[in-house]
Amino acid sequence: MTGVAIDLRGVSVRYTGPPGVRPEPVLRDVDLSIEEGELVLVIGRTGSGKSTLLGALNGLVPHFTGGELTGSVRVHGRDTREYRPRDLADLVGVVGQDPLAGFVTDTVEEELAYGMEQLGLAPAVMRRRVEETLDLLGIADLRDAPLVELSGGQQQRVAIGSVMTAHPRVLVLDEPTSALDPTGAEEVLAAITRLVHDLAITVVIAEHRVERVLQYADRIVHVVDGRVESGPPTEQMLTSTIAPPVVELGRWAGWSPLPMSVRDAWRAGAALRHQLEEEALPAEPSSPLRTPERTEPSTLLAATGVTVRHGALVAVQKVDLSLRAGEVSALMGRNGAGKSTLLWALQGSGPVTDGRVRVGDADPRELSPSLRRRRIGLVPQTPGDLLYQSTVGEECAQADHESGSEPGTCRALLDRVVPGIPDEDHPRDLSEGQRLALVLAIQLTADPEVLLLDEPTRGLDYQGKAVLAEVLREVAGHGRAVLLTTHDVEFVAEAADRVLVMAGGEIVADGPTAAVVTASPAFAPQVAKALGHGLLTVADVRHRFGVVEA
Amino acid sequence: MAAPIPRALHPLAWWGWAVGLAVAASMTTNPLLLGLILGVIWFVVVARRTDAPWARAFRLYVILGLVVIGFRVLWHVLVGFKWGTIVILPLPEIALPEWAAGINLLGTVYLEGWLAALLLGLQLATLIIAIGGANALANPKRLLRSLPNALNEVGTAVVVAVSVAPQLAESVQRVLRARLLRGDAERGLRAVPRVALPVLQDTLDRSLLLAAAMESRGYGHRPPAEPGGRARRTSWLTGFLTLSGLLAVAFGMYGVLDPTRSRTPDKAWLPILTVVVGLAAAFAGMAIGGRQVRVTTYRPDPWRLPETVTVLTGVAAAAGMMISRADTPLLLVMPLQPIAAPGLPVAATLGILLAALPAFVTPPPPTGRIR
Repeated sequence: MTGVAIDLRGVSVRYTGPPGVRPEPVLRDVDLSIEEGELVLVIGRTGSGKSTLLGALNGLVPHFTGGELTGSVRVHGRDTREYRPRDLADLVGVVGQDPLAGFVTDTVEEELAYGMEQLGLAPAVMRRRVEETLDLLGIADLRDAPLVELSGGQQQRVAIGSVMTAHPRVLVLDEPTSALDPTGAEEVLAAITRLVHDLAITVVIAEHRVERVLQYADRIVHVVDGRVESGPPTEQMLTSTIAPPVVELGRWAGWSPLPMSVRDAWRAGAALRHQLEEEALPAEPSSPLRTPERTEPSTLLAATGVTVRHGALVAVQKVDLSLRAGEVSALMGRNGAGKSTLLWALQGSGPVTDGRVRVGDADPRELSPSLRRRRIGLVPQTPGDLLYQSTVGEECAQADHESGSEPGTCRALLDRVVPGIPDEDHPRDLSEGQRLALVLAIQLTADPEVLLLDEPTRGLDYQGKAVLAEVLREVAGHGRAVLLTTHDVEFVAEAADRVLVMAGGEIVADGPTAAVVTASPAFAPQVAKALGHGLLTVADVRHRFGVVEA
Repeated sequence: MAAPIPRALHPLAWWGWAVGLAVAASMTTNPLLLGLILGVIWFVVVARRTDAPWARAFRLYVILGLVVIGFRVLWHVLVGFKWGTIVILPLPEIALPEWAAGINLLGTVYLEGWLAALLLGLQLATLIIAIGGANALANPKRLLRSLPNALNEVGTAVVVAVSVAPQLAESVQRVLRARLLRGDAERGLRAVPRVALPVLQDTLDRSLLLAAAMESRGYGHRPPAEPGGRARRTSWLTGFLTLSGLLAVAFGMYGVLDPTRSRTPDKAWLPILTVVVGLAAAFAGMAIGGRQVRVTTYRPDPWRLPETVTVLTGVAAAAGMMISRADTPLLLVMPLQPIAAPGLPVAATLGILLAALPAFVTPPPPTGRIR
């Protein structure tokens, strides 16, 4: 008999609002039952109630977050009304988005033991379980490493290990791979699938990067405005508004069943590939988006020999780089390859040990900060750092004032990026995507010639990314240069003309998107892996075959 | 004899050793003895520290010690009482109004008074460096883990505070840098909210994340079916015993340390009794409270011979100083009237030298594995 691991009956969640106001429920009438040993992928747009659903599984909602939960949540027979999250720790393991924020101790081994210590397990048991878990997650060689010195993928695996030592029956993961580079994400997903297959543990994952997890999922739970639909992946993906490129390709080509992975798409796409070979169409450029401009674009930023050292560590080493008008460039590479440091150095607000940066005729480092941002703007990785006013309206007014622009410029820009954010909202209450939009608008108010963005796609859903791609295109279309760092190959395939790859502080590859991303499997987008022939996105495919049919 | 297997010494052993040296330092202004104590601390720290972040902080304590000496001397020159016969810095004295009588603003600096100030600064610096030594040799977080169970929650609060502090510094740095991106180079009071607000919000967010993580990992987990009434009575008793016990210890210590105590020898036992009873009450409270918390320790640090030896050498340093104070009290201070070379009391010197032993008798610290 297969048991039910998680059972939600008529669950509605409502957070407390200001006095006298009864806010809309975040979840309404959710009925969901998850069987033991299933790997369930929870998808949904930002703010749809995914995190609330996940929090409800171990009682953090409402015990920790406050608010009002009606209906019942049962995990292996324990009702979260009677059990607090701490009393469910031996049953449900929860790993948050930012593993570093959840670490209590200093080293890997102590972190693995922390949960067991709290549960009062015997020392001999703890010793054995720590060793098992170190092996299970492939982190045995890191056992006495300080947690802060680990890479993102390692930290995420330690975080998973630290809840696995309590031998939970259910593992809940909130965006486990969002912040990771492709290699780190693969390590983490490999560890998760091993847990599912070896221990038959029930796993619930929420993830924006659906393309990374979809192929492993037994079931999709789609959260739309607080309501939940669930079903097998191939069924859910037929109608889902959130779909990775392989699924969109499958829908376009009318494949049944829909492909869930590159492998599926490769097998289903034999006919398409054959057709491509037969016609031997010119391999590139395929997309109307990527048609290079005939006129010679002017260079807006030229950097030579930029070097940044932190003590003995060389973060950026002799980087030569030029950014041209009308071009969107993407800077890719592992976590810790020096991408952020390079952006800050180019902008002039970060440290530079050696080298020269010119924006037009000026060195941004020699300009005052307020003049500098009119030549070269940067949206940092945590955009919230730039916000200090208490409403969106005040932030916009402040930005107009700082840039010496017409009042209302920033507000108009914000409405063009993401319309409908009320003026009186508090910036901290905005969703990740809205906050990014606000900071982008603030930086665009100064109308800089060069715009740099550090990991703008983090935490954005597919729609958010599509909007961002469009905005960046538009900025570049006005004769500006854009450089962004990202791990998201699909976004790069959609949005960038040119890709630079950084490793160990040096730029190791630089060229047109199609040439660079298809050269390495780690950076290739799904469509390129499935079809090849210089096609990167579903839009490319449509365009190519559209031309053929016409 | 085979070389001892590398392992971390019990953190309490290092703290006991350091407190012994600190106690010794607090009893003397003899520059030779203070120098010897500093040398011993330095020697042991260099021999037995790891390259963990907390160990690297030893330098900061040394710098803090130097700053303390500098301040002590500066204050002496600015407002201290200047005495002595050998003029080293003739400065005009600034007359102060009647109500500030007793404070000499500037004025001629004499060698004797200046030396006295310098040595008092050195004494304080030695205390600070002794604590810094303990900090460098023993992970403060591991020390908290050896606390009795009843203090589990206090320990956790300290751990959280300790981990949030560096994050706070990192936040401030990030926000300061981000302000440049908005072209905001404003300084002074008006800039404070612009930095403080994002930093505070960031810190709050992180603390909430940490709290949520701890909650879902079972922090504060109690065995089920504890009748509510009994639990409340127990926690009341714990609080009462611990608090009254600690108060009794505090009052008793005043009595023990009171220099006029020797004048009433017939009641000399009273403060000591108060301390003993107070300690007993406090420990009873902790024991009862500790039974409530079912927390176990993963790989507890063992207490073996080297730990005992280490603490004993610290005790030896303090004891040697006490013996010298009883025998030859004049040798413990720097002779300033007239200035002469300081002497070297035998017991104190031997005690301090013994405290260098842990550099040899303790197992070496584990080295990080090559990754």
